[in-house]
Amino acid sequence: MAVSEGSQPRDSVLIRAATRVGKSTIRVFESAGFGASLMAEAVYWLIMGRRKGQVVRPQPVFAEMMDVGVRAIPIVTLLSTAIGIMLAIQGIYQLKRFGAEEQVVFGVAFGMTREFAPLITGILVAGRSGSALAARLGTMTINQEVDALRVMGLNPVRFLVVPSLIAMMIMVPALVLWADVVSLFGAGLYISAELGMTMTAYFQQTLDVLVVGDIMHGIQKSVIFAALVTVIGIVDGASVEGGAEGVGRVTTNAVVHSISAIILTDMLFAFATTRG
Amino acid sequence: MASAGEIEERPAVIEVSNLVTHYGDREILHGIDMTIHEGEIMVIMGGSGSGKTTLLRHLLGLEKATSGSIKLLGQELTTMSEFELYELAKKTGVAFQSGALFSSMTVGENVMLPLVEHTRLDRETMEIMMRIKLEIMKLAGFEDLTPAELSGGMIKRTAFARAVIMDPTILFADEPSAGLDPVVSRTVDELILDLRDAMRMTIVVVTHELDSAFRIADRITVLDKGTILTIGTVDEVKNSPNQRIQNLLNRRFEEEEIDPDEYLARLTGNEVKH
Repeated sequence: MAVSEGSQPRDSVLIRAATRVGKSTIRVFESAGFGASLMAEAVYWLIMGRRKGQVVRPQPVFAEMMDVGVRAIPIVTLLSTAIGIMLAIQGIYQLKRFGAEEQVVFGVAFGMTREFAPLITGILVAGRSGSALAARLGTMTINQEVDALRVMGLNPVRFLVVPSLIAMMIMVPALVLWADVVSLFGAGLYISAELGMTMTAYFQQTLDVLVVGDIMHGIQKSVIFAALVTVIGIVDGASVEGGAEGVGRVTTNAVVHSISAIILTDMLFAFATTRG
Repeated sequence: MASAGEIEERPAVIEVSNLVTHYGDREILHGIDMTIHEGEIMVIMGGSGSGKTTLLRHLLGLEKATSGSIKLLGQELTTMSEFELYELAKKTGVAFQSGALFSSMTVGENVMLPLVEHTRLDRETMEIMMRIKLEIMKLAGFEDLTPAELSGGMIKRTAFARAVIMDPTILFADEPSAGLDPVVSRTVDELILDLRDAMRMTIVVVTHELDSAFRIADRITVLDKGTILTIGTVDEVKNSPNQRIQNLLNRRFEEEEIDPDEYLARLTGNEVKH
């Protein structure tokens, strides 16, 4: 009797925990499914929109491109330059032990183009634009603006998602290219000052060591990051419940989910593309 | 104002029959039957939780019914594809309770949006049409403001301007007077009457504001707990022998009889000041 009385609450706790884990897993799969169908629908409207009388107009795409890309240039420049310099500092410090300081150029060139430029740009875009997208969609849902689009005969995916998706897919890779340039330039300034190497020699070495594949590695990742940030922002924004507090919650979720997805995807991408 | 008999002789614009809907296991609407005729103002009235907003969302095609039929302009709504719904939406206009204006657009851009999306008119013509609608709504000169710069009444009127920009056959309005002071509320009511008379629209208004409902309605549908209690003219509803209807009407009068001084005195424990 004592055993059954004692085991009852423990079982309940275990069952409750298992139920919570189960429900969370189902929610993750549901969100992933919703995100995938959203992507498919966005592609459908992009291709079929004109034929179905739901044209994707260039003005909102350009407006999104300004917001996602052009307005992010200052912060991308600042952080990419800082990371380029930081990589150069750490590289020289470590390589000095082997008397191979000049090899830092290789490390910076590979590290920035293949890894750090896409990663830092993806995280910045998630923080700036992914959160803004979730907040906007959350607010629009609460204010019945999404319903208003439907009853005006406008498909919300075509009207809201497609312009953001196109803008992200164009501007995030463009920002990564820019981050490549400014981070390598920043690192070059530090390396030339520290090792007495001319900028010309630095850039010559960088160009010698880098191949198009290295740049493309970063660009390909950035396209995936762009899609992830957009879809996660929309999925989280659309799941809003309650008022302003709910919008705050989905905005935070969008940033956390986007950054987690970017880092995990980055790891998987690096693993998959360096095999063989 | 036309009599109930005259209205019922006109062609039906909206026909709802045996509409049942569930949220989860809970049945929200229990077999709704109603017909709305051309050129009438039908007010759907009821307290909180009566199902009036749910019914409106079904009439707009925003919710799927469990069973039953909804015919809008002769077309069956419940079995329509997404694309057919979008086509039908061009013949209807909706003014939402919150206005649902797009905050990133100006008043003018909000009002013009259906024209921009659904017509091939040149910009100049669209702007003229937008200004005419704003003029009707007494909002001329406000086209460059953003929704954040508008008062509650102006937001409602902008929502009406956007709802009628395509000259729809049917206009739906969700709680048009809610949250407005009595003077502005009366202005919105007059606007609805003008739209019926000037543009010959069929107008469906969902509201819990009795004064407003009695002012504008040709006929009233009284909903309670997902069931229609009655459909009739203002006088028929006011004089209904149905106790549940009288309870709904009287609750309003009880609320109105509260004396603010007495209410404050009760809260603070002080004597009543007269």
